Amino acid sequence: MKRTILLLILASLSFACHEDPDDNTTPLASIAFNFTHHWDDTLINSTNLQTEIVTNENGEVISMSRIRYLVSRFQLINTSGDVYTFDGYKFTDVSDETTYNFTPEINNIPTGTYTLRFIWGFNEADNMDGAYQDLNTENWSWPANLGGGYHFLQFDGMYNVDTTASSPFNYHNGTARVSDGVFEQNFAVINLDTPILISSDASIEVKMNIAEFFKNPNTWDLNVLDTPLMPNYDAQKMMQENVMSVFTIGEISF
Amino acid sequence: MRYWIALCSIVLVVLSCSKSDETPASAYVPIPYQLDIPTLFQEKLIDPIIPINNPLTVEGVALGKRLFFDRILSIDNTKACASCHLPQQAFSDPNQLSVGVSGGLGSRNSMPLFNLAWNFDDKYFWDGHALGLEQQALEPVIDPNELGHSDWSSVEQKLNNHPEYPTLFNQAFGVSTITKELVTKAIAQFERTLISGNSKFDKFLNGEVTLTPQEQNGFDVFMDETRGDCFHCHGNPNNPLWTDNQFHNNGLDASFTDLGLGEVTGNPNDNGKFRSPSLRNLAYTAPYMHDGRFATLDEVIEQYSTGLKASSTIDPLMKKVDQGGVNLSDQDKADLKAFLLTLSDPSFINNPAFLPQ
Ligand code: HEC
Ligand code: HEC
Repeated sequence: MKRTILLLILASLSFACHEDPDDNTTPLASIAFNFTHHWDDTLINSTNLQTEIVTNENGEVISMSRIRYLVSRFQLINTSGDVYTFDGYKFTDVSDETTYNFTPEINNIPTGTYTLRFIWGFNEADNMDGAYQDLNTENWSWPANLGGGYHFLQFDGMYNVDTTASSPFNYHNGTARVSDGVFEQNFAVINLDTPILISSDASIEVKMNIAEFFKNPNTWDLNVLDTPLMPNYDAQKMMQENVMSVFTIGEISF
Repeated sequence: MRYWIALCSIVLVVLSCSKSDETPASAYVPIPYQLDIPTLFQEKLIDPIIPINNPLTVEGVALGKRLFFDRILSIDNTKACASCHLPQQAFSDPNQLSVGVSGGLGSRNSMPLFNLAWNFDDKYFWDGHALGLEQQALEPVIDPNELGHSDWSSVEQKLNNHPEYPTLFNQAFGVSTITKELVTKAIAQFERTLISGNSKFDKFLNGEVTLTPQEQNGFDVFMDETRGDCFHCHGNPNNPLWTDNQFHNNGLDASFTDLGLGEVTGNPNDNGKFRSPSLRNLAYTAPYMHDGRFATLDEVIEQYSTGLKASSTIDPLMKKVDQGGVNLSDQDKADLKAFLLTLSDPSFINNPAFLPQ
């Protein structure tokens, strides 16, 4: 154990040596991402996830039980088009604040102005069945007969909770099954145009508006599409479209 | 250059630390215990949790095992942990409710004990109220319906006056006075060695055996969101624990006599939620559910298929509650059961390392 710690220290020190080129005068900044969750103007976190009663675009009154999702391949792109790619992926459980932050391991970028891009879920290369131990442990796999890999989103709740006939919905997103044994990639590239000025070490807030999953471009009718949606090709493709407007850039804090 | 100086000082610090850690040559040094982790677990799951302040040792595990089976832990020397956690039942109890020293009954079904080091939130009991196995083990000894002591001091005294235990504790922990902390540490060490990962389905995943068509269809039912949809809570081939170890209300009751997690958190949204049990070793762990209400797997499957009861906290993963559930066909029910039974592991209940000498 002590050996390992020592090795780690050694590794990080030698890494620091390489990363600090003396001839480069642009200061470097390290970046963290902080995801916050909203239903339109209402902040959603572990304290009100299960108690907030909200109305979706189509008019159904819903309660939420569980929202977990996966995003990956964070990239910051500067004004000259240089792309800084961050390792790792981010698994968020809205009921657990400790999962809101994502600090990529190696992430020194020159100060400047950037836009953010990331992948909703995993792209085809990353979406390898069973390959990530932490995600396996989260029970996050997408069934092999639906194409395998991992869930991108698990959003469970009840709708029509204002009536005596409330029903469950399971808005789960992942690889789309076209037909038996034929699958279609279903990740999305999220490009956020808002310029992000990085003048020093910064935390970038990324806001998820949960209401958008039901809104744009497809107005979601839970009475028709509640559960099961995982094997439903059309539902999967509509989710892929709707996720495009779910994220926006929030505050940049230094 | 500066880096090198820094490095050297780090090296020195590390070296000097390890020096000062060393035990005097006279004391017995327990032998580190290597957990026998199934390859599937190694590949698929993050490492098991072993608390830094309670590393497994050969002596500690052996001592924990002895304590687990020893009636000395009960007030009248009639019961041991193993009285309600029988190795042949995958360390659970075939009785719906277990009988304690005074003949009193608890209110819940005993839980099987295996793969506990992979319960990553480290919350134990049906309602998760004990944090850590060491903490957990404090309770049964002083539970009037279990081992029946009014406090731990009399147990500590019995053990300290025992002809063999003081030596065994000394070898395991290097101290001669036995305390409840050390008793529970030893038991927890033993419990962490109880690993079950050698069922027919494990062998299937390792490419050693094939499934019957019935078992294969049962697996498909389990993984199919339109039929069983069991995998969202009970694992899948990439989560071979066959549980998420999270708390859910799976639709047993419309109103609750036992609040489960809600009792612990005080949050009404948690009422009626219990920790998902692993589906390994179901062949040995009847009866089922937190209150042991179902004697057979057929009843369990019927419950999920047609018996669901709506309530304010029912998990939305429970579908078609208004129709009692997804109404599986008779064939699918039988096949689902056949699949579930492939998760049972005879080598676990017959492992001599887990049986009393
Ligand atoms: C009289 C029967 C009885 C005895 C004796 C008993 N237990 Fe239990 N055990 C139970 C019951 C019942 C539960 C579940 C109780 C609950 O959830 O409220 C349980 C739960 C547990 C759990 C939780 C497992 C999990 O996955 O969360 C562990 C660990 C455990 N017992 C270990 C022990 C140990 C160690 C001893 C001896 C010191 C012991 N038990 C003695 C009946 C017993
Ligand atoms: C929403 C999560 C969830 C889903 C989905 C689910 N279960 Fe469960 N299951 C649980 C929980 C929680 C318990 C314990 C409930 C209790 O005791 O109150 C349980 C208990 C069980 C038990 C009893 C095990 C024991 O040792 O007592 C079996 C067997 C079981 N489930 C099988 C299944 C099958 C088969 C399916 C699919 C048809 C399924 N479950 C779907 C959460 C779930």
